[in-house]
Amino acid sequence: MTDFKNLDISTAKECLLKKEFSSLELTEFFIDRIKKSNLNCFITNTFENAIEMAKESDKKISRNREIRDLEGIPIGMKDLFCTKGVRTTAGSKILENFVPFYESTVSNNLISDGAVILGKTNMDEFAMGSANTTSFFGNVINPLKSSEENTKDLVPGGSSGGSASSVAANLCMAATGSDTGGSIRQPASFCGLVGLKPTYGRCSRFGMIAFASSLDQAGPITKTVKDAALMLQSMSSYDEKDSTSSRKPIPQYLDFLNFDIRGKKIGLPTEYKVEGLNSDIVKVWDDTINLFKKNGAEIVNISLPHTSFALPTYYIIAPAEASANLARYDGVKYGFRENSDDLEDMYELTRAKGFGDEVKRRLMIGTYVLSAGYYDAYYLKALKVRQLISDDFKSAFEKCDVILTPTTPNVAFPIGEKQNDPIEMYLNDVLTVPASLAGLPAISVTAGKNSNNLPIGMQVIGRPFDEISILAAGKLIEEYRSFL
Amino acid sequence: MSIDNKTVRKVSKLAKIRINEQEEKKLIEELNNILGWVDELKKVDTEKIEPMLSVFNESMVMRRDEVFSETSDELVLKNAPESKSGFFVVPKVVE
Repeated sequence: MTDFKNLDISTAKECLLKKEFSSLELTEFFIDRIKKSNLNCFITNTFENAIEMAKESDKKISRNREIRDLEGIPIGMKDLFCTKGVRTTAGSKILENFVPFYESTVSNNLISDGAVILGKTNMDEFAMGSANTTSFFGNVINPLKSSEENTKDLVPGGSSGGSASSVAANLCMAATGSDTGGSIRQPASFCGLVGLKPTYGRCSRFGMIAFASSLDQAGPITKTVKDAALMLQSMSSYDEKDSTSSRKPIPQYLDFLNFDIRGKKIGLPTEYKVEGLNSDIVKVWDDTINLFKKNGAEIVNISLPHTSFALPTYYIIAPAEASANLARYDGVKYGFRENSDDLEDMYELTRAKGFGDEVKRRLMIGTYVLSAGYYDAYYLKALKVRQLISDDFKSAFEKCDVILTPTTPNVAFPIGEKQNDPIEMYLNDVLTVPASLAGLPAISVTAGKNSNNLPIGMQVIGRPFDEISILAAGKLIEEYRSFL
Repeated sequence: MSIDNKTVRKVSKLAKIRINEQEEKKLIEELNNILGWVDELKKVDTEKIEPMLSVFNESMVMRRDEVFSETSDELVLKNAPESKSGFFVVPKVVE
């Protein structure tokens, strides 16, 4: 069998069209690797469907007709996207047996563009987590290891941990993720990949299992920046089934390849030098700044004064929205039910047994901050601070074109760490959450490694709907990272 | 502001999540820690600030006033733990 490891989407596309190999061969290669893998990346496999899809792609290619943008490219689908006739769990026991009868718009777009879906990737339960340790279906393991001897298995990051781990382990060519507070960028950083969270509204939320609706946004996790552009092109669409789907025209994302970074202003927020920021990461950040300087970009110091309030704001807003969104899991319409003779008992027991600890914790917080007497002090207050955080970015973008920061304060850590104190886990997202609250596009690209050979990601945040600039900046980091 | 066992019980009732005594103890501690941490926000002056409900600022359009349905009762009920004659079945409620 040909070795298709480390193949990117555009190369694979070329080879498929030249008939150097078939989509079936490519698909079977990944299926074989998934079967042999013990990283627990997938919750549900869809191998039979995948083989049919690959054969269909090969037919189109051999006839040289109706060839689509992602024709025959095998990918993973985060188990947060509803897939018609294929079990969709969101990593939760409460949806263990849920089989949607409709397709999410994002997965539908990818399938319509010829992508071959290998299966549904593992994730933190309802996307609540930063280490992929809250899934009902077990922890996901990062394929990367620290170069220290006898080291433990590492977390892949979360919540899109199965997606990131599967791309990093070459179990698929790319995967979808969803990002509420960092769930695409943080795992991409931990696994040495590219993760892009588009502007809020760019990808439809229809059929995405909701966590916090004002923040949730789908995006790709890929090996290269170019692959991220290709995936994003397919995933983006205006969708009348999502009332916050944007009607702004969708650019040709590959145009980022012709985008000149010279003369562009790169903003450095002083507030992102957070306490506990790992020194190796600071070093890579400095190196990346120099890289932009050398390539003719101008470095500007900017201030995002409310940065330190972003995480507490997020941990009010996201749980509040979740408590409303997850009210639908009542043991009546779908999913798990704990039987009881009494209706109230049935609700309470179903939710007690169906949800895991982290989800329950957040539902309790969310319910509390929305409850009578606390609504103004917590929820309303957080919405106001959110406005200030968003305004910070608005002023900053008057002085710069993109903002360059690290993605995470630390590299991937061993499974089992940061489990005792929820806040310690939440701090993983301290650098990704502000852009989420402001709805801005942001990309994470690996820029270097620490002394133990673990990847360090840099985050580039852009203006609303300016995905092209962050792709271009990401490309520069990608091209030069070996020299950093 | 601190959460005691009475509050935790009340919130668990509102959230419709049954908790046992052990969980109750753990939740009191965890929720107090989290709320203590988010109390940081009190330092921010928000006197003249409007709450931000969404980052989406495009005008919403009315959907077409047309009946369309991609589903059937049968499909909708297919995932239900219990259904009968086109209805969801729940435990008997007598008031």
